[in-house]
Amino acid sequence: MENEFFFNYDTMPDPMDRVDGKMKVTGAAKYASEHPVEDVHYGVLVGSTIARGVIKNIDTKAAERAPGVIGVLTYLNSPKVPGYDAGGNPVKGRTTGQPLRVFYDEVIYFNGQPIALVVADTFERAVHAASLVRTQYDAEKHSTDINANLDKAVYPRGRSNDYTRGNADAYKTAPVKIEAEYIVPVEVHLPMELHSIIAKWDAEDKVTVYDKTQGVKSTQRSIMQAFKLPEQNVQVYAPFVGGGFGSALRTWPHEIAALLGAKKTGKPVKLVLGRDQMFTMVGYRPYTIQKFGIGATADGKIIGMSHEAISQTSTYEEFTEGTVNMTRFLYDVPNVFTRYKIIPLDVSTPTWMRGPGEATGSFALESAIDELAYALNMDPLELRLKNYAETDPEKNRPFSSKFLKDAYQLGADKIGWYKRNRQPRSMQENGWLAGYGMSTGTFSASRGNASASARLSADGKLVIQSAVADSGPGTATVMTQIASETVGWPANKITFELGDSSLPPGPTQGGSTTTSTEGSAVHAVSVALQKKLGELAIKASPGFSNAKTEDLVFDNGKVILSTNKTTTVSFTDILKHNSLNQVEVTSDSKSLNDQKYSMYSFSVHFVKVLVNPLTGVVKVNRAVSVADAGRIVNEKTAASQIIGGVTGGIGMALMEEGILDNRYGRWINNNFADYHVPVSADVPDIDSLFVNKPDPIINPMGAKGMGEIALIGFAAAVTNAVYHATGKRIRSLPVTLDKLI
Amino acid sequence: MITFDYIKPSANKAAIDAIMKNQNAMFIAGGTNLVDLMKRGITTPEKLVDINNLPLKGVNKSNNILSIGALTLNSEVAEHETVVKQFPLLSMALKAGASPQIRNMATVGGNMMQRTRCPYFYDTSMPCNKRAPGTGCGALHGYNRMHAIFGMSEQCIAVHPSDMCVALVALDAVVTVSGPKGERKIPFASFHRLPGDHPEKDNTLEKGELITSVEIKENNFSKHAYYLKVRDRASYAFALVSVAAALDIQNNIIHDARLAMGGVAHKPWRLKAAENILKGKPATEASFRLAAQMAMQGAKAFEYNAFKLKLAPNSIIEALTLASKA
Repeated sequence: MENEFFFNYDTMPDPMDRVDGKMKVTGAAKYASEHPVEDVHYGVLVGSTIARGVIKNIDTKAAERAPGVIGVLTYLNSPKVPGYDAGGNPVKGRTTGQPLRVFYDEVIYFNGQPIALVVADTFERAVHAASLVRTQYDAEKHSTDINANLDKAVYPRGRSNDYTRGNADAYKTAPVKIEAEYIVPVEVHLPMELHSIIAKWDAEDKVTVYDKTQGVKSTQRSIMQAFKLPEQNVQVYAPFVGGGFGSALRTWPHEIAALLGAKKTGKPVKLVLGRDQMFTMVGYRPYTIQKFGIGATADGKIIGMSHEAISQTSTYEEFTEGTVNMTRFLYDVPNVFTRYKIIPLDVSTPTWMRGPGEATGSFALESAIDELAYALNMDPLELRLKNYAETDPEKNRPFSSKFLKDAYQLGADKIGWYKRNRQPRSMQENGWLAGYGMSTGTFSASRGNASASARLSADGKLVIQSAVADSGPGTATVMTQIASETVGWPANKITFELGDSSLPPGPTQGGSTTTSTEGSAVHAVSVALQKKLGELAIKASPGFSNAKTEDLVFDNGKVILSTNKTTTVSFTDILKHNSLNQVEVTSDSKSLNDQKYSMYSFSVHFVKVLVNPLTGVVKVNRAVSVADAGRIVNEKTAASQIIGGVTGGIGMALMEEGILDNRYGRWINNNFADYHVPVSADVPDIDSLFVNKPDPIINPMGAKGMGEIALIGFAAAVTNAVYHATGKRIRSLPVTLDKLI
Repeated sequence: MITFDYIKPSANKAAIDAIMKNQNAMFIAGGTNLVDLMKRGITTPEKLVDINNLPLKGVNKSNNILSIGALTLNSEVAEHETVVKQFPLLSMALKAGASPQIRNMATVGGNMMQRTRCPYFYDTSMPCNKRAPGTGCGALHGYNRMHAIFGMSEQCIAVHPSDMCVALVALDAVVTVSGPKGERKIPFASFHRLPGDHPEKDNTLEKGELITSVEIKENNFSKHAYYLKVRDRASYAFALVSVAAALDIQNNIIHDARLAMGGVAHKPWRLKAAENILKGKPATEASFRLAAQMAMQGAKAFEYNAFKLKLAPNSIIEALTLASKA
């Protein structure tokens, strides 16, 4: 059990402000492309204009002659990437299971694939020179339309992943059943900060990069592998990251391209993707078709569920995610079948986008539950409670903590769920149709490996360090709080340093694990620092010389002798007594592999919508989201997670859709004017509520994850509310107004 | 880099002369559209004639005519007291357009001159007769959800993106232009053109002609006016369909009506037949439905914009209803 040193929040102040908030709003925070690097040059990528085939001829002469240009890289002249030859077919032909090898050969795998890099002394000159590169192709017939290629669906890695509990077809024999198909289109992450990198070779075999990444250590590892470099020769900085939502979870071809450009030209290269390139070069949420079957007894006991998903990937890599997984454990259902397949298309590789597969899967599951409730003439919340899983039906074991019922109650009370008229199309407000909907979300909670160091100086400054990145949730703030509380040291004397690969290894920020994983390391190093200070007190502080370590109590920056409470010494005096300028400790926190429990966070979303009966315009009028995410370390940053998740959820439900012209395999709406994300006017007041009960297993803080569950399920809450308002069931996202008139 | 000359004259004549001297010279005012087009290599002028120093700013009303200088900012017109009180349709349309930041830069003349937002026009690797005559229309058999249902040709099915222009065509505005041959007045409905075989031409301006002002006659539509913009999000999105509706209602009978649509044609789309149907009828939903039906005569849809055949009449009914209640 992990709770012997349970984190004490009773003395926590009101939610702490972000430690870096002022830096962010004043522009003092430096993002990847903003670091001053002497003699930096600018790289601009040229994308292919066909989706499949080979480059027949690429003419870079005009670009090379253009003013300010110091290099143009293509597959013909690029430095080699040693890691590219480690696997796969070396020259022609299509390999699978390998990241796109930039400037490797003449093969084109998708429209917009980087085929050249222009490096010039100014950004404008590089942009212009990039427009002068002329390419001729031998184009081949491409396939980018998932619906036209359903016969090509395969199991990832060719292995069946079918899951069957009980009888796969049981739902079909149920007295009341629903069978429906649900579609989630391509969505693109589009964080405000464009993907950017500055690459600088310090020596032939030594490189420094400033990069937009959610994981400085994972980026370091990718560069080490690509260029066969030792760890100490690859330095990655990402002190601030302007959003990611998953797009910066892995290393992409543009990052390798910048490294190649810097190697070739001998100059540091800054490369910032254009907004249009954000659609082709850094992943997206894949288009997914889901078939869902669900059946229940007349009184609402679910007998069986069947959930099949088909999703897209590229021809060179298999991307998979947990689209069907939550169907196996969210409800107490005896018969469950799931299947997950992918279709390789001539597109770039998708990647995890917030909530990832579970956000896609929950749209099907939570829509089907709602459809079933109406078919049963039962309240959708009552149906969920009737089939509530007290223990994990998939793994047959208890949950480490599950307060989903509390969350249902909190949310239902807040929005006035039981005051609504349950009949579809029965409510109106000022001539608009009104409707209420709800949904559930869940995502795995876990704890991985992490390390952190703590250094207390004689002047009282405490610096905690770890190589984690913060893409926005407030990691430095929360880690400062955990350190402050655990060490017993004021937060304003603590600095949490991150975003530097030379620091003790921290996790990649993804999968809602940072607070759990990194927080455990910070907790461990805080405890280690106290222990070390105790030892030093015994060694040199007056009155402690004969003390035993178990007699020491740590309180509010002091060590106290429990056998004689008037004997105390402050942490900084301990350093003085030992003639030390500083004391430093490093601790590792191990991943948790507890096979006795299933660990998940849960969320509940309640939504009220208004729908114009003539124009079909949908307004989300109210949103209440409740998180069962264990103990909430900082209610302010946690509420921001919900606000962001709800906003993303409104986008997913009502407007986000990457549109490809399949004739060309080319994006149509690859800019912020045409790819719609919610503006402030689309987002109502949001109630963010927390059950705020600790998980006793997962980590000393009792904190589970927040990021994913804020989004997972939300889109279904909106479409369920739209059904309640209009009587129309929309099974294909987004719910643009044309689907309602 | 693609270089260009730049001058900033302070007299209309100098500006016009500069344009006449260079085949590829263009006026620039707010630049909210032209700069984007230049960045993407869609428009490549050799010379920019910056007209911001010309004496073409301000809103004035005299002799029952409202005159708006071509360089007046969209935001200034939208907030102008006379416009808000006496020409609310125009104020509402302006506020529905773009974003506050863009409205603070964009001018009235520039608003009229903005190019279509058809995605095939913007992607230089795609066919587009408007951008590159003779290359074909990418939208005709492509993704045409935003596209025209009236007045299109095989050459081009793009729509004009302005909101302001929809209100101006409804209000029978007149455009004053100055050119090498002197001044002339163009009725607003004749300012923009249908694509026909020359979709590269958006309007009927001749070489060297400079928009100097837009005039609107006083009217009886200030009490019952509404600009409805139906779009995919609440702000900063182009209209799927927009409707400018203005009614002169006396004793619940529609004495006169003005109706125009945006997002449905290559130009702001005036609906005179539907206006005529409304005249003399009571301001009721039944009358509005008749007008909506009349308005849709001759409409034709493509693969992705068939919904506009229903959205457009529904929006007309909604806009007329809101105007009548205003």
